Amino acid sequence: MSARLTRDNVAKVADLARLDLTEADLDRYTEQLSAVLDHAEDVASLDLDGVPPTSHPLPLVNVLRADVVVEGVDREEVLSQAPSVEDRRFRVPAILGEEP
Amino acid sequence: MSAIPSTAIEIAAAVRSGSLSAREVLDDHLARIDARDGEINAFNLVMVDEARAAAAAVDAQVAAGENPGPLAGVPLALKDNLCTHGIPTTCSSRILEGWRPPYDATVVQRVNASGAISIGKTNLDEFAMGSSTENSAFGPTRNPRDTSRVPGGSSGGSAAAVAAGFAPISLGSDTGGSIRQPAALCGVVGVKPTYGLVSRYGLIAFASSLDQIGPFSTTVADSALLLETIAGYDGRDSTSINAPSPSLIESLGEGVDGLRIGFVTELMGEGIDPDVAARVRQAADALAAAGAQIGEVSVPAAAYGLSAYYLIAPAEASSNLARYDGVRYGMRVDAPTTAEMNAATRTAGFGDEVKRRIMLGTYALSAGFYDAYYGKALKVRTLIVRDFERAYADFDLLITPTSPTTAFKFGDKTADPLSMYLNDICTIPTNLAGHPAMSVPFGGGADGMPVGVQLLAPALGEATMFRAAAVLESAAPALDEVWS
Repeated sequence: MSARLTRDNVAKVADLARLDLTEADLDRYTEQLSAVLDHAEDVASLDLDGVPPTSHPLPLVNVLRADVVVEGVDREEVLSQAPSVEDRRFRVPAILGEEP
Repeated sequence: MSAIPSTAIEIAAAVRSGSLSAREVLDDHLARIDARDGEINAFNLVMVDEARAAAAAVDAQVAAGENPGPLAGVPLALKDNLCTHGIPTTCSSRILEGWRPPYDATVVQRVNASGAISIGKTNLDEFAMGSSTENSAFGPTRNPRDTSRVPGGSSGGSAAAVAAGFAPISLGSDTGGSIRQPAALCGVVGVKPTYGLVSRYGLIAFASSLDQIGPFSTTVADSALLLETIAGYDGRDSTSINAPSPSLIESLGEGVDGLRIGFVTELMGEGIDPDVAARVRQAADALAAAGAQIGEVSVPAAAYGLSAYYLIAPAEASSNLARYDGVRYGMRVDAPTTAEMNAATRTAGFGDEVKRRIMLGTYALSAGFYDAYYGKALKVRTLIVRDFERAYADFDLLITPTSPTTAFKFGDKTADPLSMYLNDICTIPTNLAGHPAMSVPFGGGADGMPVGVQLLAPALGEATMFRAAAVLESAAPALDEVWS
């Protein structure tokens, strides 16, 4: 199917997934994820040429509703559950390397 | 105080008639929870005040001559990945600890509107990822039949709550077997409905093309009643099927005379414990004695279900769980920049198995590997759908074990994730196809622990599936019947 999963692959994926892994985590995940991917190699024996993919069990089409105003969730209630709020908006630390 | 019946149907009838109050029923169940949940740990939260208020409202309706509904006064436990307005909903994860959802899930609205008393939020494998409830951030749930063993998972708390008598019915969610496998291991009934039959609005997403909410109960009829209550179109879930809800109770006693029921040969051999396989054969004999025609059927692609599932489900999960970024809800670990805050929050908030699946899914979707993993898994999914179509051309229902083994001991499979994943081998193909399936208790294994028999049906085939389940229920050997 593809080349063996490397420790570098795992480190790259952790970065993409926004997870800070320790050196020990990287070793363990490399081993455990390799075992799962090795098991998945059994599908390599299947002839999948010309088989269309199924991403969903239902034949989905766009679902539209009438364009009428309905009550949504309460803004203040939503904001009350956020870790940090300012001026009735979610507050985050600096982005794009700006000074906070 | 009069004796409290054990089933939802009997409790609701007694409450509606006024012979039993919802308050009496609730007090009795709260006392059972007090006595034993310290040991079992089925609940993350017992909603004592809310449940008392709901019971008082039901009793007031009865006193005023009104009908509170089909589940009048019936205590019901909710898996803690179902949103409850203003009541903590955690997914058994640190990352959502303390979060109070600003709305109710559609199923929560429906059970409350039918007179049920939501009694608490049940423990699960974190974000429903697991088969033993050992992955909960709040400690494992224990199997009420033997507390040295797991209850199964991920809906282990909902299964254990029913098996321990804390509530006659509960709701769980099933992505790869998370209702049926714990039902089997705890010796109760558990149902995964057709994808789209029950609204997922307010179910915290794990793998959106596979997740489905369903019932647990001690009897087949109670699951039929609860599924009738929660099923039906909901405009807030764009995958909801816009068709009338199935009528299950009225056909429950119609039997299986003339039904064609197929053994799935791929799921009866290697990897299935012999005592479990023997019970499934015994169950098929019982269906044959009741007039069904039993035959063998091959679903070859089912053997590849596990591989496809453990690429597709983590891929969807890695995308769904990207929302836990420390910005809008749940915990935040502060850091100088947003990117560092995101990573610090996710690293501290997610447990080991959730991280493993996010990693697996991110890898399967990443540039250079997408076609080899995720793309291939979606094609295997097509083969599984086609093989089921062929099987259902010749058979009305299929029968398999629910789980390859009975309940295992704590720690037996935690060091080797793949061995844990193999638990789901019989349940996963159904989710990939979007079909309904259910687990019915059918005697015990060689160790005296419950065995579950799984019945599978084509999409929207619930009514036929429940008829066969009712036959199995009446033919099931007692759990303590000596194994021979």
